[in-house]
Amino acid sequence: MNKILTSIKRPLTNLLLPMIGIAIVGGLWALISATVSPDLPSPLKTWEESKIYVLQPFDKRGEMDQGILRMASYSLLRVAKGFTLAVLIGTPLGFLLGASPLFFRIFDPTIQILRPISPLAWLPLGLILFQQSEPAALFTIALCSMWPTVINTMTGVRSIPQDYLNVATVLRLSPWNKLTKVWLPATLPFMFTGYRLSLGLAWLVIVAAEMLTGTPGIGGFLWQEYNSLIYSHILLSIVMIGLVGFILDRLMGMAETKLRAA
Amino acid sequence: MALIELKDIGKSYGPRNVLERIDLSIEGGEFVSVVGASASGKTTLLKIASGLVAADRGSVVIGGQPVSGFSRDASIVFQNYSLLPWLSSLENVQLAVEAAWPDWSPAQQIEQSEKHLQMVGLGAAVSKRPSQLSGGMRQRVAIARAFAVEPRVMFLDEPFGALDALTRATLQQELTKLCSAAARPVTALMITNSADEAILLSDRILALGRGPGASLSPAIPVPLARPRGADLLLHDEQAIRIRARLAEFLTASSNAKKKVARLEARTITNDVAVEA
Repeated sequence: MNKILTSIKRPLTNLLLPMIGIAIVGGLWALISATVSPDLPSPLKTWEESKIYVLQPFDKRGEMDQGILRMASYSLLRVAKGFTLAVLIGTPLGFLLGASPLFFRIFDPTIQILRPISPLAWLPLGLILFQQSEPAALFTIALCSMWPTVINTMTGVRSIPQDYLNVATVLRLSPWNKLTKVWLPATLPFMFTGYRLSLGLAWLVIVAAEMLTGTPGIGGFLWQEYNSLIYSHILLSIVMIGLVGFILDRLMGMAETKLRAA
Repeated sequence: MALIELKDIGKSYGPRNVLERIDLSIEGGEFVSVVGASASGKTTLLKIASGLVAADRGSVVIGGQPVSGFSRDASIVFQNYSLLPWLSSLENVQLAVEAAWPDWSPAQQIEQSEKHLQMVGLGAAVSKRPSQLSGGMRQRVAIARAFAVEPRVMFLDEPFGALDALTRATLQQELTKLCSAAARPVTALMITNSADEAILLSDRILALGRGPGASLSPAIPVPLARPRGADLLLHDEQAIRIRARLAEFLTASSNAKKKVARLEARTITNDVAVEA
């Protein structure tokens, strides 16, 4: 048993084992397209029909006919804006909720009601509010992805060790130093966990937002290709969305580990 | 008038009566220790004296002023160091200095901080974070931080409780030195569970009986010359007598408490019998 465990730790197997998982899913995909669902393009057909998007990833041939990385970059930019908005609103909100019991009692029920609302429900409201698709998309992304940041920051503030709070009292720190030298550093690891979850959510929401607004980007592309009945491009988009989400999460994870070690 | 005056202090946490009728007065420049077993309420006593916790009854007066909140002129050293882990030793000390003298220039603040870190022998470790330091060194930083604000009153909450015997002995000596070298005379109130530590450092010692509802013994003066080495505790007759008296009081109060507890238990059984 021990031998198996140590061999699992080797880098080669670290790469090999996940590959097995991917191969199994790919096999299932091929199997399904070959048997029950002939409309579903096989992995090979998907590649054949969409390699132009992958091999010339930054090409622009038309408004909705662009290389896959170019499309992804539009989406990423949109996510970055919405996520920044979510962080800028969510962090102070979480701080207030964690620090003030009164504030918490006033706003917690409202937040719990707003939290489970789907992006598909927010988007029409955004369109009514802003009359334009771009700000509506940002509004939806920010509103949907904000909650993990809010809740983790709140938890972080609540779990600042009493020792550190005592230090702040005993040294009679100025409000500014209390915030920047005690509260913020003590909450930072929690905040980062919130940011990581929020970014994941923002990426989840982008597809829905682009589908409904029809803006160029990976989600808009996916919806357009569905309407044009080019199923292989849908699969390409799905794979791309997954990959980008995975990379984003890993990057945030790395930043988080670095932060905790410091 | 004494610098620190505690009068008829009482404190309960819910139904649990922690302290009862505590009177304590400390003269300026005095080093007073309160010795008690763990969970006897000594930390509560220190928190009340320093203004971190409000008493239910009685009054605390420092320098003629009734205490509300932690006093401006005081410093405290906690048992668990309480350093901020994301700041270096220097930054930890500087944070206190900056709060004490906000109008000083950063250079002045750093100078004051470095001076006190050097006094505890940490001149070479100013840029190290607490996690890179041993327990003894961390407590040295905490002591430097406490002294760097040049306090009139020093509260020490089992300052060496978490350290090994050797480190403990060295730091006790250094604390004595720091107290005598301080810019203005330091009045200290120390809480400890070690009678020996109290004898080595204090001018007067009081024992705190076992809680709940703990009260203080009469003060035992310690008229021993300084510096006091650890061998004093083994050979000096006076030191041995003081230790015996402390032990006597602590065991007596503990036995008395047991007797009371037995009596209470019996009464409760009787009550139950009557109700039945």
